[in-house]
Amino acid sequence: MAKKVIKPVVSAAEAAKYVRPGMSIMIGGFNYGGIPYTLVEALVEAGTGDLTLISNDTAYEDVGHGKLVAKGQVKKVIASHVGLNKKTGQFFMEGKLELVLYPQGTFVECIRAAGFGLGGVLTPTGVGTVVEEGKQVIKINGQDYLLDLPLRADVAFIRAYKADRMGNLTYFGTNRNFNPIMATAADYVVAEVDSVVPIGELDPNEVVTPGILIDALVVKGDNYYANRT
Amino acid sequence: MPIELSEERTRHRIARRIAKEFHDGDVVNLGIGIPTLVSDYIPEDVRIIFQTENGAIGAGPAPEVPDLRFIGAGGRPFVIMPGGCFVASDLSFGLIRGGHLDATVLGALQVSQDGDLANWMVPGKMVPGMGGAMDLVVGARRVIIATTHTTKRGEPKIVRKCTLPLTAKGVVKLIVTEFAVFSIEKGQMKLLEIAPEVTLEDIKAMTDADFTVAEPLISMQGVEEEEEEE
Repeated sequence: MAKKVIKPVVSAAEAAKYVRPGMSIMIGGFNYGGIPYTLVEALVEAGTGDLTLISNDTAYEDVGHGKLVAKGQVKKVIASHVGLNKKTGQFFMEGKLELVLYPQGTFVECIRAAGFGLGGVLTPTGVGTVVEEGKQVIKINGQDYLLDLPLRADVAFIRAYKADRMGNLTYFGTNRNFNPIMATAADYVVAEVDSVVPIGELDPNEVVTPGILIDALVVKGDNYYANRT
Repeated sequence: MPIELSEERTRHRIARRIAKEFHDGDVVNLGIGIPTLVSDYIPEDVRIIFQTENGAIGAGPAPEVPDLRFIGAGGRPFVIMPGGCFVASDLSFGLIRGGHLDATVLGALQVSQDGDLANWMVPGKMVPGMGGAMDLVVGARRVIIATTHTTKRGEPKIVRKCTLPLTAKGVVKLIVTEFAVFSIEKGQMKLLEIAPEVTLEDIKAMTDADFTVAEPLISMQGVEEEEEEE
């Protein structure tokens, strides 16, 4: 189904309703940077559970989507690094949480493969390590590569800088990270932005994510970290 | 029993020595811990472009006023240098895996004599995840390891074969410890430099690996600068 040409600007609470129990959700960000804090906070408040969280890391237990894990809303984490959030490790060790770890470059490339219509990724990263377990090894020109499969989600919550009403997005600093890639790989994509400007105001040369990928926009709220990122 | 250096001196000695490895224009990714200190010792006439895997090319020093919109992979704010830029994670790791980094500097739990690296997990402990380490060591043209020579308990970290889970096989090119510098080429480890506090016999006792010794075996570079400062 085609997405709307003029994107609805909704509240974070409304956007959080798109996420239903049992869904998979991609959340942008790396460490403190580029997390859609206002959207995540609304999802924490909604209390939606049984989620599969696909995110580079699980932040900190009291920061961003780290709270989703800490509150027990997540049944499975797919990430590259979870060491900063003690609850992720604790719940995993207690058998309350399923955890799948990818090398970071493979993680982003699997998301990109899903969004870009590719059947998989061949990467030299992880050959000869535990990452190889259960994966097909393919030799090309004498070098071994691991076959990794595409990774997509029901919903993506991403963070950008400016949006126009058609959903075109620009980014700021190291907040960019996984956000533009996740925008390509989910059925429903919500972007949290600093501001929404009229159509025609963004320089088309500076748009990173084309609006055709976006379903809805949320303006960042008065949130401690949203104000600082 | 060789002399034990203070932790501070150990860390700065390793960082100072690694800083001598770079050439003008090199693109370098520094890991957390001792590797981060390397940027403090780059000679003034050498311009290094620091890449951070979360998406900066041209990362500079810490700012006067921290701004979380410009952070390194460890979460620390930095200033973006003039001529720097930001990229998304796909391009960032494309640069890393694609051989566009001249070097990466990382810590280690174990390094084997043929260049295998273990630096991401200890069985039985909570696994933090490999983050970008596996991609960095597979993709960077030169992998430099910054590590103490032994563990806190005195066990060798440079070994015949890693017993901990690997980050990658056969990738390490240079190992710098507080007491020695080793190169690894074509699966062969060679001792290049030795610190003034230790003898070759000390190094052999602290290193559970086979290595050849460079001729001449020189004194570890940079240690003399350290003493001048004190």
